[in-house]
Amino acid sequence: MAPHQKTSRAKHTWRIFANHAATGVAILSTILVIAPLVAIFAYLLYKGASSLNLAFFTQIPKPVGEAGGGMANAIVGSGILLALGSLLGVPIGIGAGIYLAEFGRGGKLANFVRFTADVLNGVPSIVMGIAIYSLIVLPQKHFSALSGGVALGVMMIPVITRTTEEMLLMVPNAIREAALGLGVPNWRSVLSITLKTASPGVITGCMLAFARVAGETAPLLFTAFGNNFSSTNINQPIDALPLRIYTYAISPYDEWHRLAWAGALVLIILIVVSVSLVRFVTTRGVLKGAS
Amino acid sequence: MSVGIEVSQFNAWYGANHALHDINLHIPANQATALIGPSGCGKSTFVRCINRMHETNPIARASGTIRIGDLDIYSDVSPVEVRRRIGMVFQRPNPFPTMSIYDNVASGLRLNGFRNRRALDEVVERSLKHAALWDEVKDDLKKKSGASLSGGQQQRLCIARALAVDPEVLLMDEPASALDPVSTAKIEDLIFQLKSQYTIVIVTHNMQQAARVAERTGFFLNGRLVEFDSTHKIFTNPGDKRTEDYITGRFG
Repeated sequence: MAPHQKTSRAKHTWRIFANHAATGVAILSTILVIAPLVAIFAYLLYKGASSLNLAFFTQIPKPVGEAGGGMANAIVGSGILLALGSLLGVPIGIGAGIYLAEFGRGGKLANFVRFTADVLNGVPSIVMGIAIYSLIVLPQKHFSALSGGVALGVMMIPVITRTTEEMLLMVPNAIREAALGLGVPNWRSVLSITLKTASPGVITGCMLAFARVAGETAPLLFTAFGNNFSSTNINQPIDALPLRIYTYAISPYDEWHRLAWAGALVLIILIVVSVSLVRFVTTRGVLKGAS
Repeated sequence: MSVGIEVSQFNAWYGANHALHDINLHIPANQATALIGPSGCGKSTFVRCINRMHETNPIARASGTIRIGDLDIYSDVSPVEVRRRIGMVFQRPNPFPTMSIYDNVASGLRLNGFRNRRALDEVVERSLKHAALWDEVKDDLKKKSGASLSGGQQQRLCIARALAVDPEVLLMDEPASALDPVSTAKIEDLIFQLKSQYTIVIVTHNMQQAARVAERTGFFLNGRLVEFDSTHKIFTNPGDKRTEDYITGRFG
């Protein structure tokens, strides 16, 4: 056997090894990504599933010592808070993202907005709560669902802004030129062509922001405040699942601990369901062959 | 109705780079005019100036006049209006990926607020027939995305999309350079048919293509129009030494 054939066989063995090693590392990383979510979900099921019943979804909390009761008011409250937050955060976030990617490119104002968004993203959520407390709760002299919704909305803005910008920048310039070349005004092209082409990514960004603030407790402590009774008035204090879980988890009562686990389980399921629902609705009607 | 294009003392810049020097030419109506020349000679810049796409680049500038018919496109009208009257087909097929075949063709009219459904149906069918794509896609108009077609079909879809807004002039920037020979032949056949109704300007790297489809040919070099004459004259008896060198393959 000629010497060069030997080396090529050794190289071949090495390549096979390297290939398997790289695949192995990728698979391991995948498992490490999935493992925490599965572990958390399994533990929540184990701890919380036994306390789940119809009453949990239909009744409001009972006073200490009385068995039963549920978190109906907290579930509705979380829904209202997240709706208010999305109403504020989604349009402003997407609007700012469009400005950064399509109109302000490279300009001073755009760089300033981008920097502000990144800083805002890093503001601790408890600080956001205090800020909204002093801006809205103090002047109004009462806690309210509205102030809680604003706190969540402001937290959503930077995440949505930055993902919208990234997704718009990924749309090939050829698509913009195609629209402009047809005699379509620029604003129309941005809204109907560029943003539409980027919409799957933009929607993912909105859902990430939504899921993130859905579990926030700190910004709601001084704003939505919590409420032991049902309320749908956005000018009144309102309950939220994370607040209720927090109150129950630090209480000394075993019954409340069990309810807190159940609440955590319901919260995570509701987040998964709402994100999947949005994804299902927005990907319906996607055409054959569309990327 | 189609019109000729009159260009006089036209200059264009990208930042400090003077991309076009004193261009003067008359592009006749209802003919195909080819622009040839080596890469970077300014021929693409020039066609992008004809529908004012040049200025979408923030560092780009231009001076001089371009008239289509009686209209000075740099002073009489907005760029948006110019682009409605002067359609463009780009080098790489660029259908809107989220839209169906039908919606791609209808997009130019719809995005300008045109809503009449029956009229849209007619325009889409007529444009696709003009672009010689109708028979291949008529069963999937609203089911398939424009991006699901083959490269050659996508380019014909882009031609149909440009025709649907009923332009007077059709600019084609190397429309077949990303396509295989069969698709290229289809595009060339198409140019042959379309020039009875539109004024066509086609940029090409392929000199045989220029010779096949165009009545007149212009040769660009280093941002200047070196020679502009009938295609036959350019390819058989060029007046300028540099043109002769280029078409015989001695440089470029």
